[in-house]
Amino acid sequence: MSALAEPRAPRAAQPAKDPVLEIKNLSVDYGYDEPTHVLRQVSLTLNRGEVLGLAGESGCGKSTLAYAATRLLPPPGLITGGQVLFTGRDGAKQDILALNDKDLRASRWQDMAIVFQGAMNSLNPVHRIGRQIADAITAHVPSMGKKDALDKAADLLDLVGINPDRLRDFPHQLSGGMRQRVMIAMALALDPQVLIMDEPTTALDVVMQRQIVEQIADLRERLGFSVIFITHDVSLLIEIADRIAIMYAGEIVEEAAAQDVYRRPRHPYADGLLHSFPPLRGPRRELGGIAGSPPDMAKLPTGCPFRPRCAFAFDACSAIQPELAPSAVPGDDPTRRVACHLHTPDLVTAAGFEPRPLPERLTTP
Amino acid sequence: MGTEPPTPEPETPVLRAVNLRKHFPIGGFRSKKVVHAVDDVNLELYRGRVVALVGESGSGKSTIARLLAQLMPATDGQILLNGEDATVKGRRAFRAYVRRVQMIFQDPFGSLNPIHTVRYMLTRAIRIHRGNLRGEALEDALSELLTRVQLTPPERYVDKFPHELSGGQRQRVAIARALAAEPEVLLADEPISMLDVSIRLGILNLLRDLRDRLQIAILYITHDIASARYFADRTMVMYAGRVVEAGDSESVTQDPKHPYTQLLVRSAPDPDDLDARARGARGEAPSLVRPPVGCRFNPRCPFANDLCRSEVPPLLPVGEGRTAACWGYANREDGPVLGSVLDAYGRRPQADAGLLQVIEVTGRSADRSASKEDER
Repeated sequence: MSALAEPRAPRAAQPAKDPVLEIKNLSVDYGYDEPTHVLRQVSLTLNRGEVLGLAGESGCGKSTLAYAATRLLPPPGLITGGQVLFTGRDGAKQDILALNDKDLRASRWQDMAIVFQGAMNSLNPVHRIGRQIADAITAHVPSMGKKDALDKAADLLDLVGINPDRLRDFPHQLSGGMRQRVMIAMALALDPQVLIMDEPTTALDVVMQRQIVEQIADLRERLGFSVIFITHDVSLLIEIADRIAIMYAGEIVEEAAAQDVYRRPRHPYADGLLHSFPPLRGPRRELGGIAGSPPDMAKLPTGCPFRPRCAFAFDACSAIQPELAPSAVPGDDPTRRVACHLHTPDLVTAAGFEPRPLPERLTTP
Repeated sequence: MGTEPPTPEPETPVLRAVNLRKHFPIGGFRSKKVVHAVDDVNLELYRGRVVALVGESGSGKSTIARLLAQLMPATDGQILLNGEDATVKGRRAFRAYVRRVQMIFQDPFGSLNPIHTVRYMLTRAIRIHRGNLRGEALEDALSELLTRVQLTPPERYVDKFPHELSGGQRQRVAIARALAAEPEVLLADEPISMLDVSIRLGILNLLRDLRDRLQIAILYITHDIASARYFADRTMVMYAGRVVEAGDSESVTQDPKHPYTQLLVRSAPDPDDLDARARGARGEAPSLVRPPVGCRFNPRCPFANDLCRSEVPPLLPVGEGRTAACWGYANREDGPVLGSVLDAYGRRPQADAGLLQVIEVTGRSADRSASKEDER
């Protein structure tokens, strides 16, 4: 344990509560007549220089959160409330959701860049990659000549470990991993402060995934941007993220330091998720998985959305909605948050139910 | 695993592939170029046992499954079913073959026809493979199939359309459809990789249950070596169309012998063992149109020497029931000396600081031009 904690300690200490992106009570609906609430009052803070992991099953709203925060949400997605505060290098705060079109255009890519899911297919197949990168640069720096922009593109390729000779290649001439790197190079072209990566490695195999992840960690160390890393691969997140937020049915159910999530999960869903993938080493343990299937967002149960699949559900869970609150386990990191009635006996009592003690499984010290 | 079936030694494999080879022609008219998708693969599936085929995308795993299902002809090699040559020629023989060897596909969203109900799809499979059942007998067969894949109560699922089911339920329907033929062999091509993490385990446990109760031989194709360890009795690792290592799953994952397997195991994220991850590995899978001469892993292998670059290594014994295709185990004088991949891959050389300044400048001038636009 101590051997593992060591390399992590300086990183965790570094972001000392200097938020670069604050998402406050963000809500998103899909559809207009009978809207489905896919994000419900989600709040999340990204600190400067930190890697924040966003985990959850497909359809839990993690990509929606990233797109809503960058105002890239395609219709019928509709942001119905909330704020996304971005703090620039000079300390000025601006609400991304309130920007006019011109400011938004200037802010995109330069303040926040995004690497999309299946990025390998987001390159234009009929243009050479050098031109595609250069285009992005000249769009934001019109004063820069074409030649200079191409030189920058070559440098960027070098930065992500691709030989600059490949500048005149078409996307189909590159392998999947290289295309992904090109996308990362493009995202970094204007030195953004926040990089949002939506499943950047899902389509790649593990060896390539490791190379990309290492590259991101390496670049982040040198360029000092913050990362929101979205994936369903929890074991990968534990390795690269400083903090992890676990989403379920459009809400964050647990948010804590990466090692805390792994060693000491407090939410029954987080616990189930961690017991859903077999370990590569160590003793073979019997794995439980999670009973049932992910909820239909249009027909969410009342109260806690995880209730129908939860082994610890009791009467209060169907009546009242849980709130993100500090964990009730003594000795826990006071900044970690969990949305479960087992951790908020006061709330349960206030609603007229009898609180339950925390099961042993969720109190691992 | 606990439920390990006893190993009857002289048993004939249910399905056996001998020197299986598949080359895909490319490049249009009169081109002699081929993709060497699968080369010289030998594989044996036994009753009630699971063999996992692990490898990265493009390594030929799915091609093997398709060859074994005889969805396409092999370029060379033989497929033996219960010891007899089973290469099919013509429709009728193919039907008889698929009755015994069934396949499950990766994507349950694509493998079920969206305009038909579960009842229709299963009825069709039952009628094709078991004769024309009607009425009561058909209903019984339907509910038995759904119960077998744990879709209970069957009445709730039998009249649903695929879009009314979740991914895990769809994959169960696909498995039920395969079971309708009462097959001896099940070829599962990445059956869980499209599913959500929390329901993957349920499907694996179901397949394991089928293996134990129905004594089906299962070929489990995956890129996730951890799930192979969990589920399979034997694991074979493929790289660029060749099998590079084979052995019982536990030893292959815990003590990998071939440098590629080592790299694979060390690359998978493992929160318990962050220090022992292979860092700084470079390179990618080779082109299969012109695969490297000799060992196909040699361009990425930190231990490769001249022998590796000139001769193809055979599968050499490296322990009880284990083989690895690496010259390092050949006891030859000109063979390479193997070490640990962890030490062999150093850190990636750092890009020079000048580069970093370049982007910073770009970023700043972008700030400036944006503010200039504001002024205007």
